[in-house]
Amino acid sequence: MDAFLHQLFSGVATGGIYASVALALVMIYQATHHINFAQGEMAMFSTYLAWTLIAAGAPYWIAFVLTVGISFVLGVVIERVLIRPMAHAPVLSVVIVFIGLLVILNSLAGWIFSYTIKSFPSPFDGVIPGNAFMSPHELGIIGVTLVVLALLYGFFRFTSLGLAMRAAALNPVSSRLAGIRVGRMLGLGWGLAAAVGAVAGMMVAPVIYLDPNMMAGVLLYAFAGALLGGIDNPIGAVIGGFVVGVVENLVGTYLIGTELKLTVALVLIIGVLVFRPAGLMGKVVVIRV
Amino acid sequence: MPALLEVSDLCAGYGAADVLDRIAFTVEEGGVTAVLGANGAGKTTLLRAVCGLIRRRGKVRFGTEAIETRATEDIVRLGLAHAPDGRGTFLQLTTEENLRVGALTRRDRAGVAEDMAKVYRYFPRLKERRQQQAGTLSGGEQQMLAIARALMLRPRLLVLDEPSFGLAPLVVQDIFSIMRTVNREDRVSILLVEQNAKLALDLADRAYLLETGRVIRGGPVAEIRDDETVRRSYLGY
Repeated sequence: MDAFLHQLFSGVATGGIYASVALALVMIYQATHHINFAQGEMAMFSTYLAWTLIAAGAPYWIAFVLTVGISFVLGVVIERVLIRPMAHAPVLSVVIVFIGLLVILNSLAGWIFSYTIKSFPSPFDGVIPGNAFMSPHELGIIGVTLVVLALLYGFFRFTSLGLAMRAAALNPVSSRLAGIRVGRMLGLGWGLAAAVGAVAGMMVAPVIYLDPNMMAGVLLYAFAGALLGGIDNPIGAVIGGFVVGVVENLVGTYLIGTELKLTVALVLIIGVLVFRPAGLMGKVVVIRV
Repeated sequence: MPALLEVSDLCAGYGAADVLDRIAFTVEEGGVTAVLGANGAGKTTLLRAVCGLIRRRGKVRFGTEAIETRATEDIVRLGLAHAPDGRGTFLQLTTEENLRVGALTRRDRAGVAEDMAKVYRYFPRLKERRQQQAGTLSGGEQQMLAIARALMLRPRLLVLDEPSFGLAPLVVQDIFSIMRTVNREDRVSILLVEQNAKLALDLADRAYLLETGRVIRGGPVAEIRDDETVRRSYLGY
């Protein structure tokens, strides 16, 4: 039983990472109607930035905040330089740009930081009394994830800027007619998605170690989570992310072994696409022709 | 007094082809201008051109500003609110969030709250449905929401694209009587595109007739109403 609970909680912890990345995917999907395949590599690159800062002697939380800030700016720049010129391009062109960005960031990280696997520190240590099921870092991941989610929820739900960003993503023409600068809002959305990804990268790196390919698996699980919850539904994507984390861990431990865990994500993706393409909480979009 | 909106020599269209051919019209300060025309005459295109949503050339002056080269967002911020055809509702947002979107460019919180109360007074149905997703509103309610959202800008000029389209006669009467109130009491000028000529001419003080992208008649409503062509093709007597 203890072992089971341990697996369950560590599933929730990794689920938090997937939920964050899934949310970043949904934010960009809602604004551009494309999946940002480079989301994982953007997070990986941010994590290397944090590692560099820490290696240079910065205290963990200062490096953390700086990394989130720099990632935000990089996200805005990527939108401005790479994505905006593609606004009216065919789907495949956009996908190619995303994949190009993925490869570039991956190679750049390998070139600058080398492909050697590095360890990444966790700010959470010590022993939590009476807690046999979770490591301090897992508990920390869950805490940080919940804080990030709560901040984002509050921002989008209650602030004018959040409302403007939602409006710009939902209906660009109407938003312009309300005086909203839609391009600026999309840039902000990319910045936020990059910042959320950076947090996820820094949280997962102590568990899976830092290397240029670290986010490949994470992105796949996050994608499965986003699809499961509904790619156009932020709350669904978050729940989907947590569910995938738990399922992946339990199935990996008790059914198919850790080597085959990644197939869980693929089975989920295919299963959702075949049986319920809109996801569990997504909306079926009907297009009148 | 100079007109609030003055358009001359306006050509506009989609892609390479022009839909509008040297359009000229005015909206007086505090006035209501109606643009009449059949399907495909270019009415919606005309409004889109004024708001800068499509490629256009010619002269458009709004207040003291030349707006023919301005971006839509900037034109709107000058106080020109456009309730587009198809109504432009944010279907996934609630009614109240839709109204808040309309006021996003404003900084005067007290004024926004005041206007929110005012549009709820104009459209009590919207108040009943304030927390409801806008996508679940009926067609009439969505038209009300589009007008209310435009009013939340506290505009100098309200631009309406066929507010009567697809609505029950009673709802249409309701909407037109509120537009009259908005014009008379709130001193908002209105530019209105309509197929329902009788309703439009009752509200307007100036009217223009649009046919395949050209203005074929235009002037004070009294003259237009007596015009033989207008009477026969648009009023039907």
